[in-house]
Amino acid sequence: SSAAMAASRGRALLPPLAPLWARPRPGPRAPLRAAATAPAQPLYDVVVSGGGMVGSAMAAALGHDIHFHDKKIALLEAGPRKEYDHMPDSYSNRVSSISPGSATLLSSFGAWDHVCSLRLKPFRRMQVWDACSEAMIIFEKNDLDDMGYIVENDVIMSALTKQLDAVADRVEVFYRSRAVGYTWPLPSHSCDTSPWVQIELADGRRLQTKLLIGADGHNSVVRKKAEIKNIEHQYDQSAVVATLHLSEATDNNVAWQRFLPTGPIALLPLSDTASSLVWSTSHEHASELLAMDEESFVDSINSAFWSNINHSDFIDTAGAMFRSAISLLKPSGTAVRQLPPSVAKVDPESRAMFPLGMGHATEYVQHRVALIGDAAHRVHPLAGQGVNLGFGDIACLTHHLSAAAFNGSDLGSLKHLLKFETERQRHNVSLIAATDLLKRLYSTRLAPLVLLRTWGLQATNALPPVKVRI
Amino acid sequence: QLSLFRLTAKRPFSTSHSSVDSEEIKKFQLLAHKWWDEEGEYSALHSMNDIRVPFIRDILLSMSHNYNLGNPLSGVKILDIGCGGGLLSEPLARLGASVTGIDPLEDNIRTADRHKSFDPVLAKRIQYKSSSLEGIVEESMETFDVIVASEVVEHVADLETFIKCCSQVLKPEGSLFITTINKTQLSYVLGIVVAEKIMGIVPEGTHEWEKFVPPEELEHLLESNGFSVKTVKGMLYNPLWGSWSWMESTSLNYAVHAVKCGAQGHSGSTDAPSETDFQQRSATAGTAG
Repeated sequence: SSAAMAASRGRALLPPLAPLWARPRPGPRAPLRAAATAPAQPLYDVVVSGGGMVGSAMAAALGHDIHFHDKKIALLEAGPRKEYDHMPDSYSNRVSSISPGSATLLSSFGAWDHVCSLRLKPFRRMQVWDACSEAMIIFEKNDLDDMGYIVENDVIMSALTKQLDAVADRVEVFYRSRAVGYTWPLPSHSCDTSPWVQIELADGRRLQTKLLIGADGHNSVVRKKAEIKNIEHQYDQSAVVATLHLSEATDNNVAWQRFLPTGPIALLPLSDTASSLVWSTSHEHASELLAMDEESFVDSINSAFWSNINHSDFIDTAGAMFRSAISLLKPSGTAVRQLPPSVAKVDPESRAMFPLGMGHATEYVQHRVALIGDAAHRVHPLAGQGVNLGFGDIACLTHHLSAAAFNGSDLGSLKHLLKFETERQRHNVSLIAATDLLKRLYSTRLAPLVLLRTWGLQATNALPPVKVRI
Repeated sequence: QLSLFRLTAKRPFSTSHSSVDSEEIKKFQLLAHKWWDEEGEYSALHSMNDIRVPFIRDILLSMSHNYNLGNPLSGVKILDIGCGGGLLSEPLARLGASVTGIDPLEDNIRTADRHKSFDPVLAKRIQYKSSSLEGIVEESMETFDVIVASEVVEHVADLETFIKCCSQVLKPEGSLFITTINKTQLSYVLGIVVAEKIMGIVPEGTHEWEKFVPPEELEHLLESNGFSVKTVKGMLYNPLWGSWSWMESTSLNYAVHAVKCGAQGHSGSTDAPSETDFQQRSATAGTAG
């Protein structure tokens, strides 16, 4: 696999350990020490930089791992500690779609139980369709399992904080602590310098660690200071979020997404009467949506979901023809279209917007450094994958670190870090590329491309193997 | 480089006084720094940890009553003979063991001491000493729970004396782990010609084929000096991937686990071992006695 990795970087096939050499050494070097005196700064086995959902879950996962029982872990969070004892009655406007795989990770260290005892909304079905045609795709699991869960980010953070408290003897959380500088060690064979990563905090405190995990978001400082190249692209889009109340109570166990030419609009169920809005659109339109009065806002949403203004006769006819062709070949290949709920009002104060972009780090690891979550990869919300990719990173990295700890290995060694990188890049790159491609494909009204995606969507809807993979 | 290992082979295990001249010291100094370069001369020993540490750990776990996965070797006193720069001592100490590492070459000990000093947990759990095995026998009678002699017996002058000394410092029912190289035509071709002269996996002159030890001979010596051989397993190095794996055949490298017979057991018995096949024998939960 290391040979495959080297080849994939466009380099000639090198002897197996050459990729370790091929990584450029990052940033400032560890200071020379005259003698090996006991270090004054506290030494941790793992430091996680960034206390968001992904960083906190990483620290909690390691803290609950049996092979880390005698290890020291630190979590650095720039913000203050938030108390989540009391969930407000109104829903927060930042929600995530949690996949069953992510739910499994969270339950592996006891956090999912807390989420379930707070609040979440399982959904059974996803309906995705085009604004420019009748094409539609429905995702549904044949068994009675849930496809996924819509959970407020605050609920997830509350559960994670509880599970971090449970292992406070192993995991030390530093609130209001921003890392401002990192010093990287030379590879281990030089005996004169400290082999650990040195971290300097804003208040002057210093820490040392055998492994630094960067979970500090898409503008990751860890990634920048480690001089890891990042491929990034700002979309001309912002996402508008809001908490909506439906016209009438319904089972509300379907996630809806419609691709408008300006961007996808999604309605994610929160309860029988409420749903969360994620509307990706141009910056100007997003600002308009935030500025307009509540009634107009609600009208815009309903219109976006129901209006056929973007249809053209040509496309409709072509689409209908294709659909009949499919139903000849595969009678069950066209599904029943359900109608999305209509919105009655929006929670005041719940409207917000944030800019969208895409990013992918060329390397996820270096000697004594690993990136997870948005620090490693940033994706458009249209696929509802963002935080799930981060949780997938955590499951993989925890697995490799746990095995390394049980082997008595040096936790910062590239040997197992590279295994994590290979596994995750293989998984993430195709998904990120596909999401980006989808975003671009659906950003147009041009007939040929609309036809292409119409037929493509209809075909995909008819083909079970493809749908299962998605 | 040549002299480093020849010196180890020829010098009897009776003195820790180094009689090397300054030229040799310079050569050792060069090599002494290479221990911890994972991609350097000792890369094969670094990757050997991937199989020899789990081998030792799992056998000890299966024999112990305290099945603590968080700290699997806690409370275990281990002697690492020929510890070099501490490549094996450190992982064993990370798993909770108290490790004493001995090596006749002072510069190796210095490198090992230096490397462990940056980690307070390791610094506490590992003690290094520049000494031969014979040099510590008197003060360490029946002191250790486990002895590890990895890639050492092929450099030893008198193997029977070595094994006798191991027995003296090991507690009754203690474990002895050995990894070494078989003396076969294959090991000459691959272990010396290819590994040293052609591919440079091992520094040239490291090994003398004459000193390689066939597993039958090792088993016989062990069994006739108060040990019961529990496991013999073949090891294989893949130079393309730089990784080790287990294999059926012991014709190249192999690992042995033996247990010192208990106090009321048959120490010094000359019974021939009942089976001398090379197949793996699973470690029993506890030895007799």
